[in-house]
Amino acid sequence: MNRLAEPPRRLLMGNEAIAWGAIEAGVRVVAAYPGTPSTEVTENILQHAADYGIYAEWSVNEKVALETAIAASWTGDRAMACMKQVGLNVASDPLMTLTYLGVKGGLVLIVADDPGPHSSQTEQDTRLFARFAKLPVLDPATPAEAREMVKAAFQLSEDLQVPVIVRPTTRTAHVCQDMPFSPPPKPALPLPPVRFERDPGWVILPALSAKRHRRLNAIQDEVRRWFLQRRLNGITPTWDEGESVSPTALAGCANKAKDLAIVAGGVAYNYVQEGLDTLGVSIPVYKVGAPVPLPAAPILDFLRGKTSVLIVEEQEPVIEEQLTVEAYRTGFALSIIGKHSGHLPREGEFSTDLLLPLLRRFVTDSIHCNRSPAHSASAASIAQAAQGRSADAAASTEPAITTIPAASNKSAATSETANSAVTPALPSPPLRTPILCAGCPHRNSFYAFIQAARSRDALFTGDIGCYTLGAMPPLGAADTIVCMGASVAMAAGFSHIEPDRPHIAFLGDSTFFHSGIPPLINAVYQQARMTLVVLDNRTTAMTGHQPHPGLGRKGTGETAPTIDIAAVARGCGVEWVRTVDPYDIPATIAAAREALDYPGVSVIIARRDCVNLVRRSTPYRIDAEACRRCGLCLRKFGCPALYEVKDTGGEAGDKGQMGKPAVAIAREKCFGCGACAQVCPWKAISPEVES
Amino acid sequence: MKTFNLIIAGVGGQGGVLASRVFAEAALAAGYKVRTSETIGMAQREGSVISHVRVGERLWGALIPDGAADVLLSLELAESLKGWPKLAPKGQAVINRRPIIPPAASLGLTRYDEGAIIEFLQQQGQRVHLIDATAAALETGNAKTTNMVMLGALSTLPGLPVTAELLWQAAEDILPARLREINRRAFLAGRSLGSCAGTAPLVS
Repeated sequence: MNRLAEPPRRLLMGNEAIAWGAIEAGVRVVAAYPGTPSTEVTENILQHAADYGIYAEWSVNEKVALETAIAASWTGDRAMACMKQVGLNVASDPLMTLTYLGVKGGLVLIVADDPGPHSSQTEQDTRLFARFAKLPVLDPATPAEAREMVKAAFQLSEDLQVPVIVRPTTRTAHVCQDMPFSPPPKPALPLPPVRFERDPGWVILPALSAKRHRRLNAIQDEVRRWFLQRRLNGITPTWDEGESVSPTALAGCANKAKDLAIVAGGVAYNYVQEGLDTLGVSIPVYKVGAPVPLPAAPILDFLRGKTSVLIVEEQEPVIEEQLTVEAYRTGFALSIIGKHSGHLPREGEFSTDLLLPLLRRFVTDSIHCNRSPAHSASAASIAQAAQGRSADAAASTEPAITTIPAASNKSAATSETANSAVTPALPSPPLRTPILCAGCPHRNSFYAFIQAARSRDALFTGDIGCYTLGAMPPLGAADTIVCMGASVAMAAGFSHIEPDRPHIAFLGDSTFFHSGIPPLINAVYQQARMTLVVLDNRTTAMTGHQPHPGLGRKGTGETAPTIDIAAVARGCGVEWVRTVDPYDIPATIAAAREALDYPGVSVIIARRDCVNLVRRSTPYRIDAEACRRCGLCLRKFGCPALYEVKDTGGEAGDKGQMGKPAVAIAREKCFGCGACAQVCPWKAISPEVES
Repeated sequence: MKTFNLIIAGVGGQGGVLASRVFAEAALAAGYKVRTSETIGMAQREGSVISHVRVGERLWGALIPDGAADVLLSLELAESLKGWPKLAPKGQAVINRRPIIPPAASLGLTRYDEGAIIEFLQQQGQRVHLIDATAAALETGNAKTTNMVMLGALSTLPGLPVTAELLWQAAEDILPARLREINRRAFLAGRSLGSCAGTAPLVS
């Protein structure tokens, strides 16, 4: 082979290799919060960002970082968020929703675990978090493998439209390894622009959530198949660069060894191979580079004819538990040695030294030999006991391990059809989705911003609260909804990717205090261009009007210090802050226009009390003669007190409006806010005259 | 006693949850065990709302199985269709005939076929009682008392585990003092609607 054609071998640290893997995969947005042992991934990206047209930032926290990455992914860009294991706790809110909504451009989370721990407050295992979130995890054993796995993760993310976690541990992230490497060619800059396309699939509402949860469960088997096709798991994994073990058997154990097998995950694989090498034993090792969701069937195939398997993985028994369940389910008789058997610790970092005594016992001792727990020398194993019972019951049964059982959701399917059959003659009731109340000031705020900005194709990022209902027709004032506070981070994120488009985040007053402040600080710090609209109705309305720090009282009713939202926004570094009354629609539109023209972060506080906390005033009426039946009040504004009058008398319809239904106000629902009167271009709406 | 099952259907904001609470408290005062399940949160903002009230001596879950409701109380016309599958074959329904047209219907996203609904309900014979509770509530001066009109009408049905007196007593205990008088008038208006409709003799 011509050695000159080979890329030169370079020494790369794991985190550096991950960064290059992402750059080679064409990542365009990277957001992160530093945390050992993940930090150098982003450090390296930032160093090369300008050369490769990457937008990269140190966000104020992991949640904001992930939300920034989500915005990028939904425009179609490849995006990455980096953090350590405890950072994933902070990012969990957007993550749990993102798993349902899915991605467009590949979205990869680098979450570095710290067994030991060396530099962390917990030893939590990100693979468990991934099981909780039902997300795929790739678990690299070496820096070279980490680099390849990052590229695979982007592909997997796009193929199945899920975020993917790559989970290096300290001994991958902070290990240096030589590998063939030369930097990828620099692209011609600027890179072609991308654009977020509106889709109801980016707005999490309960009905969509129920649908997407079924889909997320259904793709678990697809993920497993993907893992197997890419040979991320197996006896000879794709990126196994290790030396092959010499087949000299340990003296006196030749017969026993052929009944044994080892399954090893992540960096533990290295310790196992080195341990076997040291002992001079040849035992087949199945390497798991993709532990969640675990494709268990091929591992059981691999274990066929074996009597005992040793499962070696740092931290939690993630592989062990998935494999044990599948073995029991398929009646597979096997002694499983690992954490549940008490042979391996669930805490701390592994090493060859730690494993050597266990490997020696595994090969020479009786911990594997007896399949029945009654005769077992190592009685401490609960897992073994379970396996022993299943062994007797299923000894004559051919294990059904060739196919992965299809995940189904029968209960959901049947419950949907159960109701319709009761009374065949039942007319279909109208669709009635929740909507903003009559007189709700949020409707005015949305309407004002639609008027001010939609002609400029502005993007509206929505959030969690009453104003989520702004997503409903006719306003349709939410292009994305993920979780509390995400509107702010995502609007800022979009603004870095689509700088020519206005980005407007909507957030309630209670939500502002809940999780709106860190992303606002981030937006200012990262010099985003966006407008935050705080829909301040002076309460936590959706859940029943609980107080928050802006109201000067506590849950008990006692008085409390009042935190002023405008002052907080200024304190966050926002220079353009304005408070408006959304009941004054022309003034709100004017303020919205000014805010959108401001070349930075602007904040509008649209303040007006929730209609459920104040008395209604004189209801409004529509002058049927003055009404030109343009339908604007109904079709653009959509107050639920407005309705169409289908059967108008002949005299009521003037010429030119033939066939168009008149609009009326339901007196009992009208709040008397007068917004419709401001919206009507024909001045046909006015307050009722007191009789 | 056999379990008594009441379904209360309506639109978020109509006071269906309060009505179910009043009925439940009255049943408790009558010495029964009670379970309720209510729709709250986002769904209550003008969305479809269905509350379950179960009264008896031996109760398990709070959700009423299909076809097992003794009474369907619907605060809105079309919402009665959503509660209908719950109603027992011989169960009775008290329905506010006043439609609340969802904005989605005006936008052409869904259809509110008032004629078809009325026709269907009329085919059900004597066990359906259509009343204009909203009009009666507006006569008290506040449409928000529609729920109390409906409870008043409900109180005229035979076979309830609670008396009209217990129902009103429970309402009085729950309502803030300033709203008691207007709600009392609404409750009485409902009672006269229920009995004037000739559906049943007054309870108690």
